[in-house]
Amino acid sequence: MPVENLIEIEGLRFKRGDRVIFDGLDMVVPAGQITAIMGPSGSGKTTLLRIVGGQLRPDSGSVRVAGKDVCRMGRSELFELRKNIGMLFQSSALFTDLNVFENVAFPLRVHTDLPEDAIRDLVLMKLNAVGLRGARDLEPSQLSGGMSRRVALARAIALDPRLLMYDEPFTGQDPIALGVLLSLIKNLNQALGTTSMVVSHDVRETLSIAHYVYVIADGVVIGEGSPDSVASNPSPRIQQFINGSPDGPVPFHYPAEDFVYDLMGESNG
Amino acid sequence: MIRFMRSVGAQALERLASLGRATVMWGTAMWGLPGPGDFTLMLKQIYHVGVLSLIIIVLSAFSIGAVIALQFHTQLSRFGAEDAVGLGLALTLLRELGPVVTALLFAGRAGSAITAEIGLMKATEQLSSMEMMGVDPLHRIVAPRLWAGIISMPLLTAVFNVVAIYGGVIVAVEWLGSDPGAFWSGMRDAVELWEDVGKGMLKSVAFAVVVTWIAVFQGYDTEPTAEGIGLATTRTVVISSVVVLAMDFLLTLSMYGDF
Repeated sequence: MPVENLIEIEGLRFKRGDRVIFDGLDMVVPAGQITAIMGPSGSGKTTLLRIVGGQLRPDSGSVRVAGKDVCRMGRSELFELRKNIGMLFQSSALFTDLNVFENVAFPLRVHTDLPEDAIRDLVLMKLNAVGLRGARDLEPSQLSGGMSRRVALARAIALDPRLLMYDEPFTGQDPIALGVLLSLIKNLNQALGTTSMVVSHDVRETLSIAHYVYVIADGVVIGEGSPDSVASNPSPRIQQFINGSPDGPVPFHYPAEDFVYDLMGESNG
Repeated sequence: MIRFMRSVGAQALERLASLGRATVMWGTAMWGLPGPGDFTLMLKQIYHVGVLSLIIIVLSAFSIGAVIALQFHTQLSRFGAEDAVGLGLALTLLRELGPVVTALLFAGRAGSAITAEIGLMKATEQLSSMEMMGVDPLHRIVAPRLWAGIISMPLLTAVFNVVAIYGGVIVAVEWLGSDPGAFWSGMRDAVELWEDVGKGMLKSVAFAVVVTWIAVFQGYDTEPTAEGIGLATTRTVVISSVVVLAMDFLLTLSMYGDF
């Protein structure tokens, strides 16, 4: 039976120590679309990806991927599920003891019994898709930040996963690398029909490729909808985030006692 | 006083939790038989932790053997008992110094490298990305290193013993002029296969398990920051050294103690 929503999150609660990260978060990610999760730093975007991937267990709530609750899965079930998930890490996370070719070949070697010729062809196809077929013999240390991310993307799509999760894919990229990544994410979504979940705080770039956007803050969804409707959402918190205003509902100053009192206290102290 | 007690209690609980995590890691990593691909990974690790440790083991063993022979010869010659240098050297090395010094050198050379490598893999999200690819890092990264350490260290101990005895021969026989016949026959008469060689190697296997376990766990459980990796690497060497020396006393007591 086809699943309309690839991911369904209900009443998600998650705490780290005393700090509440998610406080009853609800969200769905439709199959075959690019869904963006946006929010300020520290709002738990990366944590959300790790919960969806089963690397973290929530305190309560349910997270269903392809109809199965990842919170109730055992270790071996989770590893089986992850064969259908590709993830692009913020740091690229390439294996430093393997070259570019072997990095992309890694999931194929581990999860398939394909002959060496077929692995070679598949790796070259994946590298060609990200424009780095010519860099197959380079070591990860010889790659620029943008190239590393593209190799990591080629590795993430090696097994043609149903779900691709991107963790801050645009952070620290120059304008050219950024443009390349944007078109890659969009093209891969269209060509492979993969469901994409993009976590980012780069507003303009993310809104330009997403089909649906969630804005999260303080552990809950504070706004959602199409990119246009989110951009025009009148909520002061969303507007502050979209426009990058330094002060607003999220204050510029970290909570502290009165400035003058603080100065006087220091001089008398 | 209450604050002090609370702090001691919290530290004890943290140590206990850490031991629990280490046990779970060991159990999960070593569960099941290794597959054909795992042997390749294990051989690669044996090269890294075993073969690359050979130089430090050989150099240290030669020096230690030479020094022990020199000390034995100096003291025993005062009583006209130079012939006992060979047996003294062999028993000291096979029963105690071989396994203990090899374990300490292994912790410093290979243990610290294992901790730093796994810690850095954690800090750069390589372990996480492996997990997300459906590959268990406990089987792919941890298990081959555990096996490599357990296999390598007894072999390094054997190499240590042979080279150290050779160093002793160079000093006692070649340099100080002990009678070679008395040197070797004294050693052959005194050394028993199980009592000295076997039990010494048994100690080495026990040290191998503990040192490699500590090294791998410290890397796997480290705070994924530069400072965290530095601390974990130091902890590997310090904890391994203390545990090896304490274990040596207990093992010697149980193996050779006469109550």
